Amino acid sequence: MKYIDEFRNGNVARGLAAAIAAEVQPGRSYRLMEFCGGHTHAISRYGLLDLLPPAVQMIHGPGCPVCVLPIGRIDSAIDLAREQGVILCTYADTLRVPASGGLSLLRAKAQGADVRMVYSCDDALRIAQDNPAREVVFFAIGFETTTPMTAAIIKQAAALDLKNFSVFCNHVLTPAAMVHIMESEGDPAAVALDGFVGPAHVSTVIGSGPYEGFAQHYKKPVVISGFEPLDVLQSVLMLVRQINEGRALVENQFTRAVTREGNRKAQALVAEVFELREMFDWRGLGEVPLSALKIKEAFVAFDAETRYSIAYRQVPDAKACECAAILRGHKHPRDCKVFGTACTPDQPIGACMVSSEGACAAHYTYGRHKEASASEVKA
Amino acid sequence: MSYSRPIDFKNGRVDLSHGSGGRAMAQLIRELFVRHFDNDYLRAQNDGACFPLPAGAGRMVMATDSHVVSPLFFPGGDIGCLSVHGTVNDVAMTGGQPLYLAAGFILEEGFPLADLQRIVISMAAAAKEAGVPIVTGDTKVVEQGKGDGVFITTTGVGVVAPGIELAPQRIRPGDKLLVSGYLGDHGVAIMSLRENLSFETAIESDTAALHGLVAAMLDAVPGIRSLRDPTRGGLAAVLNEFAEAAGCGMLIHEKAIPVRGAVAAACELLGLDPLYVANEGKLVAVCPAEDAERLLAVMRAHPQGRDAAIIGEAIVDANGFVQMETVFGGRRMVDWLSGEQLPRIC
Repeated sequence: MKYIDEFRNGNVARGLAAAIAAEVQPGRSYRLMEFCGGHTHAISRYGLLDLLPPAVQMIHGPGCPVCVLPIGRIDSAIDLAREQGVILCTYADTLRVPASGGLSLLRAKAQGADVRMVYSCDDALRIAQDNPAREVVFFAIGFETTTPMTAAIIKQAAALDLKNFSVFCNHVLTPAAMVHIMESEGDPAAVALDGFVGPAHVSTVIGSGPYEGFAQHYKKPVVISGFEPLDVLQSVLMLVRQINEGRALVENQFTRAVTREGNRKAQALVAEVFELREMFDWRGLGEVPLSALKIKEAFVAFDAETRYSIAYRQVPDAKACECAAILRGHKHPRDCKVFGTACTPDQPIGACMVSSEGACAAHYTYGRHKEASASEVKA
Repeated sequence: MSYSRPIDFKNGRVDLSHGSGGRAMAQLIRELFVRHFDNDYLRAQNDGACFPLPAGAGRMVMATDSHVVSPLFFPGGDIGCLSVHGTVNDVAMTGGQPLYLAAGFILEEGFPLADLQRIVISMAAAAKEAGVPIVTGDTKVVEQGKGDGVFITTTGVGVVAPGIELAPQRIRPGDKLLVSGYLGDHGVAIMSLRENLSFETAIESDTAALHGLVAAMLDAVPGIRSLRDPTRGGLAAVLNEFAEAAGCGMLIHEKAIPVRGAVAAACELLGLDPLYVANEGKLVAVCPAEDAERLLAVMRAHPQGRDAAIIGEAIVDANGFVQMETVFGGRRMVDWLSGEQLPRIC
């Protein structure tokens, strides 16, 4: 298949793996965080860890949109559908995220709430047009990748003067989360990370520029990487080289889609409709300043938070759940007591087990045979 | 018989009287179902069908399958032919020769009779082509809003020849895994028509009856361990069922699995994995290693198995994991599907 097979070529992969192995310096470890769930998924699905030398460790980051959505926000969405009787539209993965009281949007739907899965936020707008007598809310989640589309439908709703449509905005920002990870220990020097595999799709929108200050300040190399397996391997090689040479630059492996400036048109659209939130509660990371977006005053008519007076209520994660530590890269899914026992993709307890981009779901679905063989060896 | 105006199959719609047991229902059965399914058993107009069995037939097999697909008409087929192929294949996967079908219809009030006629004609054609008559049936009508156009349940009866004993418990480590052709065509064809997706594709559903292929395969290799048609849940579900029943692992090779470029591309776009996408005209076979090449040759010589391939083998694994060797040489699990991948596909 054109433009797909080229990036999944086994021979090229083995060549890259050999190059990485040759570059790795004896006695040195390379702890690399792949920020995005898209990378986590690719690493698991293509078995890339099998190709990397033991010195290179991949740490899963928080870049999975549904994983970082706090329970309180899902609760509010469920309330909208159940108490306010709105048609609540959202992306598929969001439906299964566990909320308070054993509920999820999917379970609320089974109990009669009108929750609809859409592939594009455009569909939510169409549902509003088709149901003029009903209130329709689009439950918007995601990083910078999905934000421009939400901005576009808000503008479109304004142009159409749609009275029955609003957006419950939960869009979050990548650079703020990366900074938070470096600051989470109180001392950036205490964070055991040597480099970052930087976001692919997010960077098509914001460009590679926004990471430059980060790399310089924390002296950590960042390589913007595509989501195909060969992209990831090449990015690991670029990171290993930077680390060996003591460089900490932003490099762009994903040149076929990412520029330094990013997508100016999308950025302008986002700036027109959204502004920074002072504080946003992330699952796993806690409250992170200036890390999320809210709808500007000019478009307040389409802001569900205002229209339905949604008050955010913080809800603690399930006690046994290690999602928080896993999202910060402090723990591996296998370190969680409920992983693969009480918490599975069919009955998730933590959000990391919900989306295929979640670290736990990826490891459960594609990699748990390794745990089984490891325990056999031990036994 | 007194004159009654023929049913308006052009503009008419199903109404509650078509399921009430009165004259309208009798007329629908006569002018639609009996007319198109046409055989002696139906014409006898009994509540059930009495039929002879072939002499020395061995064991009987019965299978049933309900069809709730949406949309009802899709590239390469419709719910009518699908409902015949689905049950014929379920019978065939036991190694049986399908002989007769029963069909139950649940119709929604307001459903266009033209569409119903189109579906019935398609069923009749599929049954004729498969050589398996629809010998009895039932029709119910539910109020508008309580169905989704038409649901069809078919039940098939067949016979399994003496000596044929297919069961996944018979699978042993070392046995080879074969598929009869390209995977994922049906699921992607259905997906392409979803109202909120509508992308253009030339992919057609693979819906087809497989009992001819199965007969040829069993003729050549009576020692086939097990057969399954990978419908909902796709190849991944079948392999996990095999592994669980046999108490061993399965290893497949990504390179060897036949997937059309267009299906792979559509799956890429939609975030689906072809291993989990439904098929309606494919089978998965397991046989002893020494028979694999011969079985493959027989499958490839049959129109339904032209693109057959050996895709892997059963392996020793107490955990019963299904694993895939990726094109990179790494290994990953092929787990059961969790949640739903595509709603209402068959």
